Amino acid sequence: MAAESVVAAKSYTAAPRRGAVTRVLENERWFAFFLLLPTAVLLGLFMAYPFIKGVMLALSDAKVGVPGSFVGLQNFTALLNDSIFRTAVWNTIVYTAVTTVFKLALGLWLALLLNRHFRGKAVTRAFVLLPFIIPTVLSTFAWKWMFDPTFSVINWTLFHLGIIRTRINWLSDPGLALISVIIVNIWRGVPFYAISLLAGLQTVNPELAEAAAIDGARPWQRFRYITWPLLLPVTMVVVLFSVIQTFADFQLVYVLTGGGPANATQLFATYAYQIGVGTGLLGQGAAISLAMFPVLLVVVVVQLLYIRRVEIH
Amino acid sequence: MIEGARWRRWVFFNLPLALFVIGLLFPFYWMMVTTVRPDAELYRPWMAPNYTPFWTLHPTLDHIRYLLDETLFSRWMLNTFFISVLATAISLFCGLLAGYALSRLKFPFAGSLGTGIFITYLVPQTLLFIPLADIIRNFRLGDTPWALILTYPTFLIPFCTWLLMGYFKAIPRELEECARIDGATRWQAMVYIVFPVAVPGILSAGIFAFTLSWNEFIYALVFLSSPEEKTVSVGITSELVRGDVFYWGSLMAGALLGSVPVALIYSLFVEYYVAGITGSIKG
Repeated sequence: MAAESVVAAKSYTAAPRRGAVTRVLENERWFAFFLLLPTAVLLGLFMAYPFIKGVMLALSDAKVGVPGSFVGLQNFTALLNDSIFRTAVWNTIVYTAVTTVFKLALGLWLALLLNRHFRGKAVTRAFVLLPFIIPTVLSTFAWKWMFDPTFSVINWTLFHLGIIRTRINWLSDPGLALISVIIVNIWRGVPFYAISLLAGLQTVNPELAEAAAIDGARPWQRFRYITWPLLLPVTMVVVLFSVIQTFADFQLVYVLTGGGPANATQLFATYAYQIGVGTGLLGQGAAISLAMFPVLLVVVVVQLLYIRRVEIH
Repeated sequence: MIEGARWRRWVFFNLPLALFVIGLLFPFYWMMVTTVRPDAELYRPWMAPNYTPFWTLHPTLDHIRYLLDETLFSRWMLNTFFISVLATAISLFCGLLAGYALSRLKFPFAGSLGTGIFITYLVPQTLLFIPLADIIRNFRLGDTPWALILTYPTFLIPFCTWLLMGYFKAIPRELEECARIDGATRWQAMVYIVFPVAVPGILSAGIFAFTLSWNEFIYALVFLSSPEEKTVSVGITSELVRGDVFYWGSLMAGALLGSVPVALIYSLFVEYYVAGITGSIKG
């Protein structure tokens, strides 16, 4: 196949009289080079360069308007002794772990429900995806208003169901704030899991489950031994994507609590924003952002290794 | 698939599905009710005996009027639209060319470049916003739409490229080779033969990129400062919340109206969205 196309290319590029530009573009390597150029320029200027700049900032004591000088790892050692930073790290881990477990469980459940045949299936699927489509900041404001302790519909509902007796301060109680933020993140993430896993489910041949059913496998066994192993590759990719997004989350917490009360919902990104933009300590802020990098790198490497393994098999 | 009695279908299927749908959609319903609820009702504690959470008997358009007359909301909508359309166009252009090169051409380091694109696809905006803000300032792009039009492609191009690579790989090479035999240049074969076949993929990538741009928050929050330059998300966050005072009615009206363009495009192209989601997670 490869050899064929090379031969084909060679014998047909000798077309008569073409412009210099066309001749250069007929060379496969030059053509590829020019096709990749716009992407390389944009990603170089606004991704690679900021990354290098970020490392340099993190190693300096730069502030807004002050270039700053090289201070080595001072920003990072300062972070190790910063109790707010430690809280932020712990919060981020809890936030990511708890939401991922719930999003996967609920998303899978919803996907299994949507995988059945019923009337209005297409409409249901379209509506279910709305939390993922609507801009996060805008839908999060609806949640913030629903969480309001005095005017909240959530408190009203729980009170009338007899679950609570007094009002609950969802977002201003340090013990509850992180839970509230987690609930909203799960709400926003479940549709993405459900729709992705549904796509995975639809590639699973139903005849396999039918054959197992004929052999006497119970519904749970059919799921455990047939559907789940076939769904695993898709699940892995979805989870890794979602872990990265959740770990680096910003907007949801920024709107709901701003990291408060008393840093109870402070995450990497909100703390970096508070230090880097709020107080203008660019060096320190860049160091907090970059501290996410090792974790993200591990996740990406795991994902790449996994994809390669799947490709080999 | 559910065997047995009718009650089983209710307990294991109808009821859970109904709960999912209600739970996932309720916040949007709450947005709508709040938008048309008069202030007197809006600020009535839930303990009050005449508290009616799920409907209002005196719907009003005051909040929408305030939003449109007293704030720069329509300006923010235009800004967001302009930025999203341009960022999407740039990203589609770059993504189409790069996706074609990476999936169809043979050249040194093609494999590692593909991996590189995949890695940039996974870089979250919150990793780079502080140094990027500095760079934007140095390039004198701060507080202009170009700060966002040029930076949004950093997360849109990798996405578009990755999605389109999948579509290009599925197009048989013979199609292109026939055109080349008939004397088409590489460029012509790509633009006139391969791209038209990939139109569903281009549409998927385009509407998805548009949605992602509309949804973006932290860059817009950090790079823009004057009220008339802001995007919808940032404008609502900073101008309808003054200190501790939230203008809830107008806030919800803004959230509702600010979602309309995205919801509209979504409702027209649901299938392409789903294809975009599933395509984006394919390895």
